[in-house]
Amino acid sequence: MNRKILFPVIILTLINFTNQAQDIKKGDVFIQNAHVLTITDGVKENTDVWVRNGIIHKIGSQLRVPNDIVVIDARGKFLMPGIIDAHSHVALEAINEASSPITAEVKMGDVIDPFDIGIYRALAGGTTISHAMHGSANAIGGQNITLKHRYGTFNPDDLVMKEAPRTIKFALGENPTRVHGRGKNLQPRSRMGVEAVIRNGFEEAIQYKQTWEAWNKAKNQKNNRQVPPTFSSRLETLLDILEGEIIIHCHSYRADEIYMLIQVCKDYGVDKIVFSHVNEGFKVAPELANNTMGASVFSDWWAYKFEVYYSTAYNAAILTKNGVITSINSDSAELIRHLYHEAAKTQRYGGLSDEEALALITINPARQLGIDQWVGSIEEGKQGDLVLFDKHPLSIYAIPEMTWVDGIKYFDRKEDKTDQRLKVDPEETLEPMFLHADHVNCMSNVDFFFTGFGRNLFEHNH
Amino acid sequence: MNKLPILLISLLFLNLQLYAQIDGDVIKPFKGDFLLQNARIFTITDGILENTDLLIQNGKIAAIGKDLPEENHRVIDCTDKRLYPGFIDGGTSLGLVEVNSLPETQDYMELGKVTPQMQALTAVNPNAVAIPVTRVSGVTTVLTQPRGGYFPGTAALIQLNGYTPDQMDAGFRAVLMNFPSAAKAGSYDSRSAETIQKEAEKGLKEIDAIWEKATTYLQIQEKGGEVDYYPEMAHLAKVLKGELPLFIEVNAANDISNALEWVKDKEIDVVFTGVAEGWKVAEELVEANISVITGPVLALPSRQSDSYDSPYTNASILQKAGVKVAIRTQETENVRNLPFHAGFAAAYGMGTEEALKAITLHPAELFNVADKLGSLEVGKNATLFLADGDPFEPKTQIHQVFIDGYKIPMTNRHIRLYQEFLDREMKPEN
Repeated sequence: MNRKILFPVIILTLINFTNQAQDIKKGDVFIQNAHVLTITDGVKENTDVWVRNGIIHKIGSQLRVPNDIVVIDARGKFLMPGIIDAHSHVALEAINEASSPITAEVKMGDVIDPFDIGIYRALAGGTTISHAMHGSANAIGGQNITLKHRYGTFNPDDLVMKEAPRTIKFALGENPTRVHGRGKNLQPRSRMGVEAVIRNGFEEAIQYKQTWEAWNKAKNQKNNRQVPPTFSSRLETLLDILEGEIIIHCHSYRADEIYMLIQVCKDYGVDKIVFSHVNEGFKVAPELANNTMGASVFSDWWAYKFEVYYSTAYNAAILTKNGVITSINSDSAELIRHLYHEAAKTQRYGGLSDEEALALITINPARQLGIDQWVGSIEEGKQGDLVLFDKHPLSIYAIPEMTWVDGIKYFDRKEDKTDQRLKVDPEETLEPMFLHADHVNCMSNVDFFFTGFGRNLFEHNH
Repeated sequence: MNKLPILLISLLFLNLQLYAQIDGDVIKPFKGDFLLQNARIFTITDGILENTDLLIQNGKIAAIGKDLPEENHRVIDCTDKRLYPGFIDGGTSLGLVEVNSLPETQDYMELGKVTPQMQALTAVNPNAVAIPVTRVSGVTTVLTQPRGGYFPGTAALIQLNGYTPDQMDAGFRAVLMNFPSAAKAGSYDSRSAETIQKEAEKGLKEIDAIWEKATTYLQIQEKGGEVDYYPEMAHLAKVLKGELPLFIEVNAANDISNALEWVKDKEIDVVFTGVAEGWKVAEELVEANISVITGPVLALPSRQSDSYDSPYTNASILQKAGVKVAIRTQETENVRNLPFHAGFAAAYGMGTEEALKAITLHPAELFNVADKLGSLEVGKNATLFLADGDPFEPKTQIHQVFIDGYKIPMTNRHIRLYQEFLDREMKPEN
């Protein structure tokens, strides 16, 4: 081998090797005498939880633990599983690849930003896992990534929850029709077009599969003169959806569009689908219960655009009582800081029990992300993602005090130093100020399509 | 023993009120004499009164005391429930916008940077869907504000019941001003530090020029001179005369210091609003004796370098330093979250009692309506609500709201949708 090539190859191999050798940090901790809100097995009073090597090893009382383990006295405090946000845009450098109504080939895993202060702020609110999603500009958007909030690493891959199955973003209604139909004069311009785009995409994927099958059959035959088909990662991804390897998480608001996608999925035999936002999900709750992996909703957001005008804050309660797997998500750098409070609102709007309300931010989003065998409840054998509150987490007065991911403490209110940034721009002479309006959200990175469009369409968030 | 039938009747009555809309009945707010019996009364100004009655007559709190005579009053049993004065949101856009993204329904911003005479009350839609959604939470009174430019317009205090803006008028106006900011506005602001500074200084110069014009206008007017029709100046002159207060929106710490400097030699009635970074300059605010309306509390820290809880602790830090603090949501459709904003401030240092004041008595005082609102005292407006627990707690239910003596129907579109769809009649075939 040429030396000139060999040297970079060695270097690259070394870099690669060191990267892979860097293991995810896992910790040990012994939390004593807490009110343990297990989620799946009721509330256990004065109970100890022992996390060993990142995994919940034992739950009980008077456990014999090693002398050198860190002990947390949690008497009178409330321990719950790390909160899971099924719809977030935290730790992403880009949100929307708004260049086509279908962009199934793009991956949010390629744009993870480990320096996002939002990760730390989420931890300070007890959120340990977020589903970092593509935006809602396209009928079929990019592939999302499930992140564990291992704040402090500079390596984007360390944030990825490796066990999590693949998921993809779909979007219905105003956003894709505005971006493509009205913004670029491309289908879809209406909810009819959204259905057509999705069906056409699925049909194209099926044809693509048939073309490859024909080629694979032909290529080994003698005197084969056929040209191999062109590889398409977009269509490969759509096929993976049809074959049940990817869970759809679909941005949606109105009952009609939700119902439409349920029908489309039935036609193509797709049953791994979660509806997100789903403001009018309550109108088709029995259909959602029968045909989907559930709904991930806002606690009380409405009226910020027309398609959410006929909403109700009782949505989560109606869905829950109709047997829909329901979660409450943030879609916001702000709400992700207090999802426990968002869940508590279902007690005012619909009177959900403590168990039902807490499930909305733990085991239910875990199910919707396909990660419930590892996280979402306090059970022996599950991952040591935990948050300790001074009061019951559904109380307005509750303050998260400590948060662990894989048994490692990433947040401690007592040790919280003011500036938690991992990276400071050395050229920054004036630190920008963010007032409450500046959230990263579903429609980020698409504003440039609307320059001179007459209205400020960037205002249309989520 | 003779109390039992009345109790049963009043319970029935309550139930009827809560669920009558199932049968398609229209329930309107109605005025009457109501005797609220045996409540835990959170007066705000006189502590908590246990097992006490409160009589509503002619829209006012007519009496507070033990075992008030029932006479012909409609009796509402409040055993194990609490009474609070209606909550007051110190800053919203309620009534001025119906659907946030649709310009056709936005009535909070006029063209031009200097429009102090634009009246928010004119554009308040008494039938905005968000109004009944808000008031069933116990938020009865809000300041609704125009926005944009140096002087966006005149905010109005409204009560959340009434068929015309005048009926909703709670008797307070404030001229708004946005103090020119020398802060970099988020990561999209590509201006250099120098440009930002220069533009802020230029903005203040423009405001000074307007101020001088208004001063001249007032001087001519006071000396009996002829003045042309100049509504902007005529309105600002009212601020100079002390007829209307000036509410200055200012958030960055440096801007707050500059705004304090700007108001120092002006003999006007001033309140600072926003004040997101007030915690950095609390002492300056105390020294200048400036009151603030701060919020939203449920917000992101204003700087990436700030502690994660700075928006939660801001109100508390200001209050403890000695600043009079009112809390606002800066919301439109979710003004109903005001008690939760106050609750977070309470949890992060302010305590429940002070946080309650920040959404009752303090805004009432800042809005010069403390003789009518902000506490439960005889002679004040019967603007209050009945809850089965701490209204900051999400699980607490608000059972009845009264505004100016009107018994408010405890329903709205959110509740009606719940009633219709909780158990849908037509179920899918499997």
